[in-house]
Amino acid sequence: MNLTRKILVALYRDMLRIRKVELRMESLYHLDEMKTPIHLCIGQEAVAVGVCANLNKDDYISSNHRGHGHYLAKGGDLKSMIAELYCRETGCSKGHGGSMHLVDVSVGHIGSSSIVGGGIPIGTGLALAIQMKKQNRVSVVFFGDGAADEGVLYESVNFAILKRLSVIFIYENNQFSVCSRVSARRVDENIFHATPPDRMYTRIVDGNSVLDVYEAAKTAVNRARSGQGPSFIECKTYRVRGHAGAGSDAKLGYRTAEEITAWEAKCPVATFRNKLLSERVITEQELAEMEQEIDVEIDEAFRFAQESSLPKKEDLLLYLFKE
Amino acid sequence: MPWSKIKPELNEPDFYQESGEYNRRLSYPEAIREALDQALALDPRVFVMGQGVDDAAGMFGTTLNLHRKYGRERVFDTPLAENGLMGIAIGAAIGGMRPVYFHNRPDFLLLAMDGLVNHASKWSYMFGGAVNVPLVVWACIGRGWGSAAQHSQALQGLFMHVPGLKLVMPSTCYDAKGLMLSAIADDNPVIIIEHRYNFKHKGLVPKHVYRIPLGKGVVRRHGKDVTLVAISYMALEAYKAAEELAKDGIDVEVIDLRTLRPLDEEIILTSVKKTGCMVVADTGWKTGGVTAEIAAVAAEKGFASLKAPIRRVTSPDVPTPAGYTLEEAFYTGMPEIVAAARELVEWKGKDQWRSTPKSMLQVRRRSSGQLYCANWISKDIPTLQAGR
Repeated sequence: MNLTRKILVALYRDMLRIRKVELRMESLYHLDEMKTPIHLCIGQEAVAVGVCANLNKDDYISSNHRGHGHYLAKGGDLKSMIAELYCRETGCSKGHGGSMHLVDVSVGHIGSSSIVGGGIPIGTGLALAIQMKKQNRVSVVFFGDGAADEGVLYESVNFAILKRLSVIFIYENNQFSVCSRVSARRVDENIFHATPPDRMYTRIVDGNSVLDVYEAAKTAVNRARSGQGPSFIECKTYRVRGHAGAGSDAKLGYRTAEEITAWEAKCPVATFRNKLLSERVITEQELAEMEQEIDVEIDEAFRFAQESSLPKKEDLLLYLFKE
Repeated sequence: MPWSKIKPELNEPDFYQESGEYNRRLSYPEAIREALDQALALDPRVFVMGQGVDDAAGMFGTTLNLHRKYGRERVFDTPLAENGLMGIAIGAAIGGMRPVYFHNRPDFLLLAMDGLVNHASKWSYMFGGAVNVPLVVWACIGRGWGSAAQHSQALQGLFMHVPGLKLVMPSTCYDAKGLMLSAIADDNPVIIIEHRYNFKHKGLVPKHVYRIPLGKGVVRRHGKDVTLVAISYMALEAYKAAEELAKDGIDVEVIDLRTLRPLDEEIILTSVKKTGCMVVADTGWKTGGVTAEIAAVAAEKGFASLKAPIRRVTSPDVPTPAGYTLEEAFYTGMPEIVAAARELVEWKGKDQWRSTPKSMLQVRRRSSGQLYCANWISKDIPTLQAGR
């Protein structure tokens, strides 16, 4: 697959930006000023970026509790996201949602659910609306291996195939649901990989290779946009941090420190950086400038959040209904 | 099966003035069907989904043959996957459509609680109003002919508890059409819970499109001696109870709430202020449900008006039995409402709250052994005076 320099650099930049935001969040978390649970996507950036690089602004994404990467990759506003983590009224959800309930309707992010699997049927329903309104949009659903245990996945995929909906199911398999390994919960590969290709396009890709994800997602998006129905793409990746919070959770003992280190060596951001450098797509100088720009943007976002006001007590009763 | 074919033979009481535009009688399912037909015609965003909405029964007649007129893209059968399909309906609503998701019974809504409670009710709030969910969910309470525990539940108490869900329960054909249209027009999740016995009736229904405001009850009968607050089929039972009590010169005010959430507190409190006592009737279980909430509202906000305790007529706290003799023991209605109202009027008359500290409340036991009055004898009861 021959991608332009512009696309390659953009893929890298988007991943780097997510990584830096997550690291900054992680480094400040202990100050207890972001009073919301955080579920970092460090090590999984290639999935969000590889998929969203194929989407238009008005395509929908349905995200989950581990959704900072999805949000940013889709073009969600960084300042609003950080302000939401600081529970400010300038947050994207006006301080009513926190980290697990981000939203940015202007880029097709209609809200994320923290009920594992909750976003799956919603993303499928968005595709139903797309079909009924005859829009040229697609709906992408991000979900993990925990959600892949839930019956609602199977109900939704069945319906998507039945109605030939323009929905792309992105199975972001980071191998753990909290401390529970996939192998403790499932026996074989997901049953949908046995679906005949005329019913649904299915792939298993290396979720740490942004190019592999990008290519599979491109096929899926093109299929969806041309009315050929749903796709199911499993991106095998790894959650290098703990389920929630900051820092390594090696001491919990459900996996060895060696295993974590081995996967850190397959870092999607670092490996792609090396690839771009070695193939002379980008120079060290350009990378340094890129890092600098991103750092400044992140500084500004955190400052904006910290300086924003908190919601008033009276705001408690707002937004229950659309009047 | 006899219970699946309810013939609309009875005319419901004519609550609305008969005039030119009202001069035709529709059956209850026809009234609902007309609302759907008009909504589907007026608004391309509206669609109807549910198990069997396009079959020969047409969801008790409410969706009958709409698929022939509007096509199977807009009126379609769904897989038996209530959890998934509720989420899909929510997603379609978020994406700009106006789904009406039909279920045979509220019992099946329990499979969709994650969608309704964790998602639909909270989506606007969680995201600071950035997104809303214009969804209508419909279900019909079953009754009779051995439907039994899992096909007869009246679960409005559960849904009434959840902020972010609107909840309506029509009782007349006129209201069924108007509330359906209002629910579809509302930009938020609205649950409509019907009752199977409403389907016995025909009523006067205007041909034009009209909406009944959500959150507004209606006085079915004005009176001054006792207030009956009821909803759904119980509102019709309460009306019958009022007619019965009128024979003994007891002047009963009957309120049909029509909506449970948002609750029309004003209509309840205005009535209680006039009569001083209240019976609340609902088809759900007694504990922690609709009648408990309404009684609490009256006690909290209408205490100064109350001249007698509040009485509740509900289903007993057991699942619905199948056998017809047990069903008869289970179901409450007009006779229980009449008895409760008589008791309160008598109480008011004897002015028992103003009597000596050693007053004793009466105990009554139903033949089934259900206790519904406190037995309380004590020398140390402080003097309780109404109005304080």
